[in-house]
Amino acid sequence: MTCCKIVTDKAQQLLGWVDERFPLTTLYREHLAEYYAPKNFNFWYFFGSLALLVLVIQIVTGIFLVMHYKPDASLNAAGVPVAFASVEYIMRDVAGGKFIRYMHSTGASMFFIVVYLHMFRGLLYGSYRKPRELIWLFGMAIFLCLMAEAFFGYLLPWGQMSFWGAQVIVNLFEAIPVIGPDLSIFIRGDFVVSDATLNRFFAFHVIAIPLVLLGLVAAHLIALHEVGSNNPDGVEIKKYKDANGIPLDGIPFHPYYTVKDIFGVSIFLIVFAIIVFFAPEGGGYFLEFNNFFPADSLKTPAHIAPVWYFTPFYSMLRATTSDFLPVLWAFVALIAGLTFRGTGCVWIKRACLLLVAGLYWGFFGLTVFGFTPPPIDPVVLGVHLGRGLDAKFWGVAMMGGSVMLFGLLPWLDQSPVKSIRYKGPLFKTILTLFVISFVLLGFLGTKAPGYAFFGLIPGGPVAAICTILYLAFFGLMPWYSRIDKTKPEPERVTSK
Amino acid sequence: MSDNKQDASGGESCCACSLDSRRTMLAATVGAGAVVGLGVATPFVASFMPSERAKAAGAPVEVDLSKIKAGEMITVEWQGKPVWILRRTPEMIAALSKNDAALADPASERAVQPEYVKGVARAIKDEFFVCLGVCTHLGCSPNPKFAVGSESGMGDAWNGGFLCPCHGSQFDLAGRVFKSMPAPTNLVIPPHAYLSDTRLLIGKDSAEA
Repeated sequence: MTCCKIVTDKAQQLLGWVDERFPLTTLYREHLAEYYAPKNFNFWYFFGSLALLVLVIQIVTGIFLVMHYKPDASLNAAGVPVAFASVEYIMRDVAGGKFIRYMHSTGASMFFIVVYLHMFRGLLYGSYRKPRELIWLFGMAIFLCLMAEAFFGYLLPWGQMSFWGAQVIVNLFEAIPVIGPDLSIFIRGDFVVSDATLNRFFAFHVIAIPLVLLGLVAAHLIALHEVGSNNPDGVEIKKYKDANGIPLDGIPFHPYYTVKDIFGVSIFLIVFAIIVFFAPEGGGYFLEFNNFFPADSLKTPAHIAPVWYFTPFYSMLRATTSDFLPVLWAFVALIAGLTFRGTGCVWIKRACLLLVAGLYWGFFGLTVFGFTPPPIDPVVLGVHLGRGLDAKFWGVAMMGGSVMLFGLLPWLDQSPVKSIRYKGPLFKTILTLFVISFVLLGFLGTKAPGYAFFGLIPGGPVAAICTILYLAFFGLMPWYSRIDKTKPEPERVTSK
Repeated sequence: MSDNKQDASGGESCCACSLDSRRTMLAATVGAGAVVGLGVATPFVASFMPSERAKAAGAPVEVDLSKIKAGEMITVEWQGKPVWILRRTPEMIAALSKNDAALADPASERAVQPEYVKGVARAIKDEFFVCLGVCTHLGCSPNPKFAVGSESGMGDAWNGGFLCPCHGSQFDLAGRVFKSMPAPTNLVIPPHAYLSDTRLLIGKDSAEA
């Protein structure tokens, strides 16, 4: 007994010594033991901590992979690119290497699954609404970093899909007027995707982007702990506090949510292990079959598609053809007009005007740069009104823009309530359509361009309609979120 | 901390120079630092450009044409990119003008090609079609679809050509893009020259050294 007491006393002394020099106890209290989270978190609140777990898995497995991987596109004695051969070496000769690599590749897909669900939670419960705009924007930046990280990492095995995926994505930048062609050379460091490209992508993948990612995750959490978590009811728990200033509906993160999250982690790891051990290729969705062939700069595989997590956005790029452009232009102008009318935010009003002006200039605009004519080219008094940027540019703008649109949500949503529980049938319908469109776009993006559902319904028009619906979800939000019939929010959180 | 502050304010009052000149000095130092910063950033930005070795690569490639049979295509590497040499049959050449109505730029007015490549066939000698096998959309290498009509799987009106696997752009056997395809322009024709009847040089405009 005395022995135990001595040990606890010594531990207390040590803690005191540290606390005088570093705010360890304060940090523990602020972020765990006395961070009060709403007591009504449900299933959807697992994915934030799971994203953090996957980040750790990716960093740890990544470190071990770097010990054996070689970013080198030159051919070895057997005529195989060194980078490709080093991945094969990890898979076949390094003890346990196969599992470390499968954990890393599965982790990449799981990261996106978890993050998409985490973002969907935000859509459900209005977690992006005031005062959580910055949490949402940091989250968006994390999402962009994650996409960059996945893209850079995908080149490293130097397989056919690695090579041609990088080729296509880097060439996207070529569509930017004036500076595009030089920019794509600047990114590749060569006139083609080559050893120089592989080496710099390696540097970005293993150090540059992860550092930024960690910083952003810290910012995301600091902002979250500053304003406090949202909850499935979308009401602020800080409105009702007890005598000690503790929210009545709040419970300390530790032990309540640490225990809940450990439960989530266990289930997640079971699923993760099943994939790693029994289906590491994920049916060709997690590891694409064509990537088991070394990169060949002279031959594109018969069917190439990005990994599944990029396909919704890739589909929108592909749907933006010159046939579809006039329709798309009309819809975007219409949506921007309705956004302009619906929003109360002056910056979004200005952005809408700029968007319409930019679209007009770009699509029907000037002949200065000698861009190719779009399908409609009306001539008024001898002046071509229809010479603008071609479909390739708009495809790229569409793909980039569709990702960025999420960042506008805090200012687009004008609903008096945050949570879907109190939103009306209009929002629920539009959100459902949005999810269906997103999934359909994702599915079509994995298929060849001429794909038809059941061999009957052509994929092209479906992708075009889904693209419009995707845009409408964001663009029309200021309008439908206002006129929707909402239910009154409760004063305090409910437990369903 | 508080001791230091007092020292600093004490120092200010006894110093001969004014607060304004201290501010000017500070601004000048920060300005000079920014210039140095820009200078330091330059090599990092410059290092992203292709290295001297990358620029030096891409010497012209010589090809023996005698081994290509009529209707066959070979692919050679030039500057790390695929260059196709297709020996077209008379039927293939005759079919080219049938496509004109369906093409985005049948006369190749907007195409990137050397001046000496003219007309529908886009070749110095109609028989040998030399072309950069890189789609003008996003840089995939299109696949040959030489079969004609319905057996090509490209529709009954198909006269032979190329299909890009990435985004479905279609080109005819002179690398001309069809209307409303993702690819904005016809395929690029690299500089090339005949050294003799059967020897072709890719990457140079003339046979002279």
